[in-house]
Amino acid sequence: MAEKLEARYRGGLASRKVEYGEHDDPMEVCFDRGWTDGLPVTPPTDERVLRMLKGTSRRPDEVIGRIPPNLIECTVEKVAINAVLAGCRPEYMPVLLAALEAALEPVFTLHGVLATTYFSSPILIVNGPIAKKIGMNWGLNALGQGNRANATLGRALNLIVRNVGGGRPGEADRATLGAPSKFTLCFAEDESDPGWEPLSVARGFPRGVSTVTLFQGHGVEAFVDQKSRTPEALTRSIAMSLVKIGHPKLVQSARAVLVLSPEHYAIYREGGWDRKRIERALYEATIRPGKELVAGADGVGEGVPASRADEMVPKFHDDALMVVRAGGSAGLFSAILPGWLAGRKREELQPVTKEVRA
Amino acid sequence: MTTTQWLRDPTAETTALRRERTRPPQSLEGLTIGLFDIGKTRSDEFLDRVEARLAERKLTVKRYAKPTNAKVAPAAVIDKVADEADVVLIALSD
Repeated sequence: MAEKLEARYRGGLASRKVEYGEHDDPMEVCFDRGWTDGLPVTPPTDERVLRMLKGTSRRPDEVIGRIPPNLIECTVEKVAINAVLAGCRPEYMPVLLAALEAALEPVFTLHGVLATTYFSSPILIVNGPIAKKIGMNWGLNALGQGNRANATLGRALNLIVRNVGGGRPGEADRATLGAPSKFTLCFAEDESDPGWEPLSVARGFPRGVSTVTLFQGHGVEAFVDQKSRTPEALTRSIAMSLVKIGHPKLVQSARAVLVLSPEHYAIYREGGWDRKRIERALYEATIRPGKELVAGADGVGEGVPASRADEMVPKFHDDALMVVRAGGSAGLFSAILPGWLAGRKREELQPVTKEVRA
Repeated sequence: MTTTQWLRDPTAETTALRRERTRPPQSLEGLTIGLFDIGKTRSDEFLDRVEARLAERKLTVKRYAKPTNAKVAPAAVIDKVADEADVVLIALSD
């Protein structure tokens, strides 16, 4: 009601009004205008946009940055309008604004993530108290459907790229096949075990600070091992799946997120392994003899140059693996989120973490 | 009764500008041809071959590169190409 009165008597929004006839369906107007990712969106009325803006203390005319591919300045108001489209609640705005800031850091290479022929898009991983405050899911089906914050935050970021930046499939977005995760892939980390170092802390933020980490990747590849019972055995087992990213004979080009489920995590915890030890052990377990990986080996054309036949070749760069805890309590399954195969120059392409501020 | 209803535009509110395309030259004689390496794997090998073919025809070639295919070219590189080359060969990538 307050927003209704505000809209009627004060207005104050700067974005263009798009008028429609009394017999038009506003949902269809949004489709016709090309504002959607293919699913219906919430029509951005003045009331909804004003309500969304109440979720942040930042001014509506503040410019967050330039959105690729068209490098158009994006204001907080445009973020709010797209948040309405995506179905966000106002209290998600601080996370969305932090995610957008992360996406616009040059090392995230948002233009490249959009334009690539590969499957990737931004994946959002939320840490800290904000996750609980806005009701995010890190438990059962954390990577799946059904939670409004998870579903709409990832979607809103992709809609900003589409609508403000002009990044559309078949235009600047050249994905050969794409992936369902290009609609949305956003989840929170399970921080219920005080013995576990959250991703945000591993990436340099104090415990208790809310952050969002953006990763260039797609989801989800299943990992199943119901029989390994030691950290060493489980590590070797996970490594067998990790080396398949992209192609078993492609190396040092992709990062990866391992989403470790509670039952797999319990094996590491009981063995006294922490995040650093798990990530290091996985890096080492994915080093293989070059002769198995050279182009032509096993009759497969793909592979590394013949000159590397006598090397021991790592699958990943040594900073390329991020372990995140999530998932329901039952199931000896974990998930791999493969990264963009563009890491030949790894210093130019990295995940980015930003603090979530009110 | 007619009521005016509206939504707020989520886009950049820009309008595409139509511009006349520059006409391709009738001949490459006397022009500087820019070969732009976009940083994809082995694109340098491909451009080496193109350069050799153009050199056989005694044409003037200049080479340019952006650091990585994962990002747009730095403005300084684009300016240099615009200043020095009459025509440019570039591939589409990321």
